[in-house]
Amino acid sequence: MLKFCMRIFSLFALSASVLFFMFNSAFAGNPTKVGFVYLTTPGDHGWTYAHELGKQMVEKRFGSDVKVSVVENVPEGPDATRVIRELAKQGNEIIFTTSFGYMEPTLKVAKEFPNVKFEHITGYKRSKNVATGNIRFYEGRYIQGVVAGLMTKTNKIGYIGAYPIAEVIMGINSFAQGLRSVNKDASISVIWANTWYDPVKEADAAKVHIAEGADILAQHTDSPAMLQIAEKKGALGFGQSTDMSAFAPKAQLFASINNWGPYYIRKIEELKTGKWNTGDGPDHWAGNDWGGIKAEMLLISKFQNMPDSVAKKAQEALDGIKSGKINIFAGPLVDNTGKEIIPAGKSLDDGALWGMNYYLKGVNGKVPG
Amino acid sequence: MDALMLTIIATSIPLLLAATGELITEKSGVLNLGVEGMMLSGAVGALGAVLWLENPYFGIIAGGLCGVLMASIFSIFTINFMTNQVATGLGLTIFATGLTGLAGAPLVGKTVPSLPKIEIFLLSDIPFIGEILFKQDFIAYLSVAIIILITYFLKYSKSGIVLRAVGDDHQSAHSVGYPVKKIRWYAACFGGMCAGIGGAYIPLVLTPHWSEGMTAGRGWIALALVVFASWIPWRIIVGALIFGGITIAQLVGQARGWPIPSQILSMMPYLATIVALTMISGRISKSNSVVPASLGKPFFDTQ
Repeated sequence: MLKFCMRIFSLFALSASVLFFMFNSAFAGNPTKVGFVYLTTPGDHGWTYAHELGKQMVEKRFGSDVKVSVVENVPEGPDATRVIRELAKQGNEIIFTTSFGYMEPTLKVAKEFPNVKFEHITGYKRSKNVATGNIRFYEGRYIQGVVAGLMTKTNKIGYIGAYPIAEVIMGINSFAQGLRSVNKDASISVIWANTWYDPVKEADAAKVHIAEGADILAQHTDSPAMLQIAEKKGALGFGQSTDMSAFAPKAQLFASINNWGPYYIRKIEELKTGKWNTGDGPDHWAGNDWGGIKAEMLLISKFQNMPDSVAKKAQEALDGIKSGKINIFAGPLVDNTGKEIIPAGKSLDDGALWGMNYYLKGVNGKVPG
Repeated sequence: MDALMLTIIATSIPLLLAATGELITEKSGVLNLGVEGMMLSGAVGALGAVLWLENPYFGIIAGGLCGVLMASIFSIFTINFMTNQVATGLGLTIFATGLTGLAGAPLVGKTVPSLPKIEIFLLSDIPFIGEILFKQDFIAYLSVAIIILITYFLKYSKSGIVLRAVGDDHQSAHSVGYPVKKIRWYAACFGGMCAGIGGAYIPLVLTPHWSEGMTAGRGWIALALVVFASWIPWRIIVGALIFGGITIAQLVGQARGWPIPSQILSMMPYLATIVALTMISGRISKSNSVVPASLGKPFFDTQ
C-alpha cells in the first residue's frame, strides 16, 4: 500500500514539474531574464539581505521588462557551479553571483556560455563575459574610525574580522586612518573569527574584546551578535551591511549600508542597450564598478547614540569622502612596525589596496599567515 | 578574568548539555549523529515560544520538546524500522537544517529578552567564585544537576544498569526479558531533550535572535566531546570547559597578540579527541571497554 502511494505521489510530482517547466518556458520571451545566486536565505539583515534589496529595486525599476530568478542558500564550491550553470541553461541573460567564493565557478560556467553575461560580486578575476562589481566598504569604515576615536573612553577598539584577506584588511586600515585622524592614543585589536557567519563565535569574540577593555566594537562578519553583546554590556558598535539598530537600539552608532540596486540597474540597462562591458582597461580596478559613498553604493545610516559634536565630525568625514577632499590612503603612510608604505604626496592606488597584507599604524599585532 | 571565565562557561553550556544527552543515548547503544539538527530545532522552538508566550522559561520547555520531537523521528526509523543509525542521524541533521530555516523564517530579525541570572542567596556574594558559580541562569544550574543525576543513575540505579546492559549486549538484555526498544526510545528522547535545551541556550542567552544554522557546528563538537569524555559523565564537564576554554583562549590570544596562530588553538579540541580515542582503544585490551559494545548496531528482536 505504502509503495503504491509513493508511486502515485512521485508520478504526480513528476507531471507537476513537467507542466511547470512547460508553462515557464511558454511565457518567457520578451523580458530580460536576470539570475541571482545568494549565499544564504536573505533574512532581514546582513550581506544577502542587502542583495535582496538590490534585486527588489531592479524589479521595481523594470517591472515586467525583467524576469528575475533567485537561487538561495548556494554553498561556495562545486554546488555553485551547478546552480550557475542551471541558471545559464534556463536562458538568463545576465547572472549576478553575489559572493566572493563564487569566483571560480562563475568563470568556469562563463566559458561554457559565451553569450551569457556574468557579474561576479567582490571578485578580482574577469573574462570576456565576466564583469566584477564591488563596493568601497572601507570608506564607511573610515567614518566608523572617526566616531570610534571620539567616543572611546578606554582608547581600546575591538575589531572582529572574518578572514585575513585584502578586503577585510583594507577595512581595518581605513578604520585606523579614521581613528588616528581624531585620536592618536587609541588603538585597534583584531580578532579573526575565521568564518563569515557564526553568531556564537562572534558573540564570544565581542565578549572577549569587552573583557579586554574595549568599549567600541566593529565587525566585518555577518550576524548582529556583536551588537547584541555590546547592547547587553553597555558598549557601542557599528552595524554591518544593513541597518541593525533593531537589534541594538542603544548600541548602534551607525551602520554602513550596502546599496547594490543602482549598480544592478545600470548593468541591466547596459545589457538592454547593448553597451554591457566588463569595464576592463589598462587600470584593472576601473573605478566605475567599484563604487563607494559618492556613487551611492555605500550608504551611511543615521548617526545615533552619540553627542551632536561627534555626529557633526562624522558628517564632515562623510562629506569629505563624498567630495573627494578626504583621501583615506594618502601618504605619508607607515605600517605598525614603523616601515614606510608610501611617502607624503603620494597615495595608494586601487591595486595597492588589493595587495594589503599589513596593518597601518594604530592597529595592534600583525596579519596572520 | 571574571568576565572571561563567565564567557567560557556560557560557551560551554550548549556543548555540555548536548554531549550529556548524547552520552545517555550512546550508552543505550544508539548512535545519534543528529545532535546538530536537534540543537537547531531546540533553538528555533525556544525562540518561537518566547516570542509567543513572552516568558523565557517556556523557551526551555519548548526547546526540550522540539529536541524530543526530532529524536522521536530518529527513533522511529532506527529503532522501529532498523535503519542504519549513521545515515539516519546525518539525514536528521540535514532535514532539521532545512526545516528550522523554514520554521524560523518568520522569527528572523526579532529579538527576545535573555534568560535572567539567578543569584543564590549569600553564596553569590563570595568574591570571584560567587560571581562565576552562583550567579548563573537556570539552564546552567540545570545542566550541572543533570550531570550529577545521570552519574548516579548510570552507576547506582537499577534502570541505569539495565540501560548500560542494553547498550553493551542487546541480545542478552533481550533474552533476559528487558524491553530493548523501549529503553532505547527513552534514551534517545532524553538525548533529544538535552540537545534541544542546549540549542535553546544559544538564542535564550548567548545571542538573542534567530538566524539559520546558528549552532554553526556545535552539535558535532558535542559528539566529539562524548568520545573525549570516554562515556563518563563528569568528564563531559571537564571536556566542555576545555573546549570552551580553548575557543575563548584563541580569541583572547588574538586580542592580546599572542604569537600563536589561532588556527592551531582551534585545532586543539579535535586533537584532544583523537588522543582520547587512541588512549581508549589502547585500554580496551587491558580492561573492559568503555565504548558501549552494541553502539550503532540495529536490534532485531526476531532473532
